[in-house]
Amino acid sequence: MTVLTLPAQPGQTTAAAPVPWRGMVWVTWRQQRATLIAVPAVLAAVAVFLVIFGLKVHHDYAGLVGCSLNQGQQTSACAKAFSRFNSTDWPLGNTCSILMSLAPVLIGAFAGAPLLARELENGTYRFAWTQGLVRERQAIAKLAMLGGALVIVSFAFGELFSWFFQPFLWTEQMNRLTPEGVFDTSGIVFPAFTLVAFAVGAFLGMLFRRVIPALAATLGVYLGIRLGAWAVRGHFPLSVVTSDSKLFSKFGTPSLPGFPWILNTWVTGPGGKPASAAVASQILNGPGPAGGASIPKGYTEWNRWIPLSHYWPMQFIQAGWLLVLAVALMWGTVWLVRHRAA
Amino acid sequence: MNVIETSELGKQYGKSWALRDCTLALPAGHLAALVGPNGAGKSTLMNMTAGLTVPTTGTATVLGGQPAGSPGALNGVAFVAQDAPVYRNLSAGDMIHLTRNLNRQFDTAFARARLAELGIPLNKKAGKLSGGQQSQLALTLALARRPRLLILDEPLAALDPIARQDFLAAVMTAMADDGVTVLLSSHQVAELERVADFLIVLARAELQIAGEVDDLLAAHRVLSGPTAEADEYARRLTVVQTRRGGAQTHLLVRASETAAPVAPGWESHQPSLEEVVMAYLRNPGVTEPAALARVQRPEPTEAVR
Repeated sequence: MTVLTLPAQPGQTTAAAPVPWRGMVWVTWRQQRATLIAVPAVLAAVAVFLVIFGLKVHHDYAGLVGCSLNQGQQTSACAKAFSRFNSTDWPLGNTCSILMSLAPVLIGAFAGAPLLARELENGTYRFAWTQGLVRERQAIAKLAMLGGALVIVSFAFGELFSWFFQPFLWTEQMNRLTPEGVFDTSGIVFPAFTLVAFAVGAFLGMLFRRVIPALAATLGVYLGIRLGAWAVRGHFPLSVVTSDSKLFSKFGTPSLPGFPWILNTWVTGPGGKPASAAVASQILNGPGPAGGASIPKGYTEWNRWIPLSHYWPMQFIQAGWLLVLAVALMWGTVWLVRHRAA
Repeated sequence: MNVIETSELGKQYGKSWALRDCTLALPAGHLAALVGPNGAGKSTLMNMTAGLTVPTTGTATVLGGQPAGSPGALNGVAFVAQDAPVYRNLSAGDMIHLTRNLNRQFDTAFARARLAELGIPLNKKAGKLSGGQQSQLALTLALARRPRLLILDEPLAALDPIARQDFLAAVMTAMADDGVTVLLSSHQVAELERVADFLIVLARAELQIAGEVDDLLAAHRVLSGPTAEADEYARRLTVVQTRRGGAQTHLLVRASETAAPVAPGWESHQPSLEEVVMAYLRNPGVTEPAALARVQRPEPTEAVR
């Protein structure tokens, strides 16, 4: 072979110069157009509803806060306002909250499972993956662009929902750091869950090579990840232990809505020894709203809890490991594209 | 330069081998016909050459040593897979745009002109085109990439006889104009006879025979004579196929004209390509002699298992 002479054809110099990535912008847009339009469109429609309903909730809430600050909870007008809020605003808010916890998997699985499985199902992978742009780059570009779009959209949506849900933190005496409250549907955890669901969908789609089985399995795997997240959250090294149980009484007011997360509570007797179960139960369940007034001398109530100021560290740890999981799944997806294309 | 070179190439799915121990070389400038019964490993060989399938054993290189599936290989190899897959919900025009975005070089003007010539409207969804039009669209997109190797897996299956001729004519034009090497699999042996100048036969996941058509034809004879004397030829020569018709027996033997002089009462003629192909397809146990394949087998090395 005469490799030392100048190449006779332009094609012969191309080994070193790969196909530019920018072509993938149009390709991804054109192929994922349905997803890229449908997901934001559905979320925008829900967002309009959340804004309209949210304005009403916030209006009602302002009235309740006014009642509370004027110490007028006992007046019949205020009592009526509270009961109306609990019977009309809260049921709808609660429904939204439940739907919101399902949103990541609905969005992620819908976008992720067909991403590659559709190509494998229709046989078009044999067209796409034999073009000049190496197939794992095509996959990386699609995962990055679609994943990025989902993160941005779901972050914005999560923020909107947080605003919408804010009033219920006080009226429903919610815990801000647990999934019963808003922890999983706000901040950066919500987009992280969405990204994980998307990555699970893409990975299982590549593994099963079929859209519907991948979708079904994604729901199951996502549920497992949610349960795992539930289990590990209390073990983040962010808890503090205090003996002043009175400090919790300042929470749950309009100015400080949302409770910190009390992980566990125990009682020590004289000399620092753990109190007997009977004594402890009597103290913890005794009279008084916070129990503090009824603690006998020599006994101490201890609490291990996560302060509200640790909300963002909690968010970062939670979103952090979810992000690591998502990246690992995407790496696995790309590996399958390379090694199990056909 | 060898445009395709495989060495002990094999692919295993589960416990069964789709292709095993395939060593062959296809020099540049040929139109190579890849034939074999269904399940013989044709698509597997093509998928591995196109870089889509990762081999279980051995290696496949294209365009003079580029590993199949590497960026350099993908750049110069165009592949039209079986059933000519296209995005059904994309228009022909979108398919052109898509393919241009996925390749460094793409001749948009050529693609548009060829589709216009074929009467394929650019705004029509690919899924709404007929099977033949989809094949033509896929071929157009492949040709517009200006490849140096064109791999076509069963491209004629969806075409009527006229479209088949046009399709092959388009391929031949590309070969003449751009010097493209073509690897084409098909069941239409008679049609291939007119265009193919290189033959690769696969059977039972193994390479049976590979070589230039002229060499293959020159290396085979059909001997016809009394059945009673047939055994004597069979002892001396490698018989690919024996057809007994009563008193008369036809032997397709592997021998040149000079190497197989015939006794009185016997007749000898050079077989057609179809005869050779059919003889090998019917007798999958007979494999190629090393000399025919023009393969530079690698030095014997420790087999990696």
